[in-house]
Amino acid sequence: MSAVAATSKAVRPRVGADAIASKGWLGAHKWLVLRRLSQLGLLALFLAGPWFGLWIVKGNLSSSLTLDMLPLTDPFLLAQSLAAGTLPYKEALIGAAIVVAFYLIVGGRVFCSWVCPMNLVTDAAAWLRRRLGLKGGKIPSGDTRYWLLGFMLLAAFATGSLAWEWVNPVSMLHRGLIFGFGLAWGIVGGVFVYDLLIATRGWCGHICPMGAFYSLLGGTALMRVSAAHRSACDDCMDCFAVCPEPQVIRPALKAAGQDHPVILDRNCTNCGRCVDVCGRNVFRITTRFDRSES
Amino acid sequence: MGDMQDKPVGQGGPSPRRRFLREAAGVAGGACLLSLGVGLYAKQASALPATALRPPGALAESDFLAACVRCGLCVRDCPYDTLKLAELGDGVATGTPYFNARQIPCEMCEDIPCVAACPTGALDRGLADIGKARMGLAVLIDHETCLNFLGLRCDVCYRVCPVIDKAITLERQHNPRSDRHAMLLPTVHSDYCTGCGKCEKSCVLPGEAAIKVLPVKLAQGSKAEHYRKGWEEKEAAGQSLIGEQIELPVRGLEGKSYGDTRVLPGPATPARPGSGLDSGWKP
Repeated sequence: MSAVAATSKAVRPRVGADAIASKGWLGAHKWLVLRRLSQLGLLALFLAGPWFGLWIVKGNLSSSLTLDMLPLTDPFLLAQSLAAGTLPYKEALIGAAIVVAFYLIVGGRVFCSWVCPMNLVTDAAAWLRRRLGLKGGKIPSGDTRYWLLGFMLLAAFATGSLAWEWVNPVSMLHRGLIFGFGLAWGIVGGVFVYDLLIATRGWCGHICPMGAFYSLLGGTALMRVSAAHRSACDDCMDCFAVCPEPQVIRPALKAAGQDHPVILDRNCTNCGRCVDVCGRNVFRITTRFDRSES
Repeated sequence: MGDMQDKPVGQGGPSPRRRFLREAAGVAGGACLLSLGVGLYAKQASALPATALRPPGALAESDFLAACVRCGLCVRDCPYDTLKLAELGDGVATGTPYFNARQIPCEMCEDIPCVAACPTGALDRGLADIGKARMGLAVLIDHETCLNFLGLRCDVCYRVCPVIDKAITLERQHNPRSDRHAMLLPTVHSDYCTGCGKCEKSCVLPGEAAIKVLPVKLAQGSKAEHYRKGWEEKEAAGQSLIGEQIELPVRGLEGKSYGDTRVLPGPATPARPGSGLDSGWKP
């Protein structure tokens, strides 16, 4: 297996090389750049207050107040809080309702790839893993996150506290960047090492219960990726190599179990990397109703 | 592979249902173990250090940990940078707000902006009067180093108390060391102390303060409800419950105020010659 991988690595150019050759660097990184701008821009909004005294957004991703009027609350946290037996004030309830409505419409895991700061960490780990050609490891089942989501709500109920928040690397990272880390670097570093050495896309794709929660909101997403030009696919596998949830591609690209080319899997994060790395322009970002092929 | 040979032709490996059950059991077991670990850790680590004080209006600690989403909006609206979010390693539930009175005490804002900012009710908006806040209870914990207990007039904790003369009073007592001065002992009254920590902050001792704000539970004993206090019963009934008692004179203390147990300088008894210091004894 490793010998095959080694030879194929020697023969095959880097992932996305075709796309860069045909579309240019910017064309082959368009969605990635937009996504980084979104992630860093949102972070900048949160940091503008403590760093420059520009209080546009207060708080962090757990709960925030924008322009002193728009409350936003992480619905998974609120679910834990309810499970732990408290009924929060209406600000938190309204804030969570707004967030849920947004992601129900736009697409649940848009949070993961366009907002969540942990995505920068796990993308970096995945990139480094590809560059170093690291193989193997132990990948947990992709369903682990749903079980973890369920059990964390149970744990919140049983302990009467927000159990997951004691270890949640996602909220620790975001809060750490804005309010100070302490030793939380260690937990974030642990996620990086886990994704790099133990499980490809292990954290975001298999374990994170927060991502699982947003997956559950992803069934009605309007924004979807379509393999509209799938007839042009030359099986280079670049899209599978960069996709954080590679299992979502096949039904659409290879017409396995569906006939239309739209990726409807709720785990697709709409990151658009497949659009970027495809040298044949097979994919495009469109709506879930756009079933056309071109 | 032996498995496969036992199966009827056309079926590869164990049946899908059995495989699903086996996989699901493994995944569920792993997730359950992880949750159990996190749950137990959360339970174990939820003890709050005695020096970490919650913001005003905070629910009881267990309810607080269920309600606080660790957003830091209370921290942002605190005008004095008193509040901070716990970082991993602080010993306080990560991301929850607290303050350390010796570093920055609560200034007891009248509009209580931290409580107003809390979106979840972890800080209870039922608290409208900051004087009713009970963030902790000040305790003059070290009688050996407190300057007032040494008979000096420091009084700083008393002077800075926002509820001066109610939450902290100076109680006059006889100074047995000099035998002629008073000691004015700072005394905290739990009916009024909000636990803001200004006394602890301003204690003039160089390192640790002699007066500290502790969680109420640590600072206060339970009331002895099973004791009937004679003087209270007497006041409630308008008379003593066991009838009038004969008041016996206290010999030797006639004409002195209550509690004054100083020995009056009486006629000095002359020392026996050749005793004590004058004995001439040498080792």
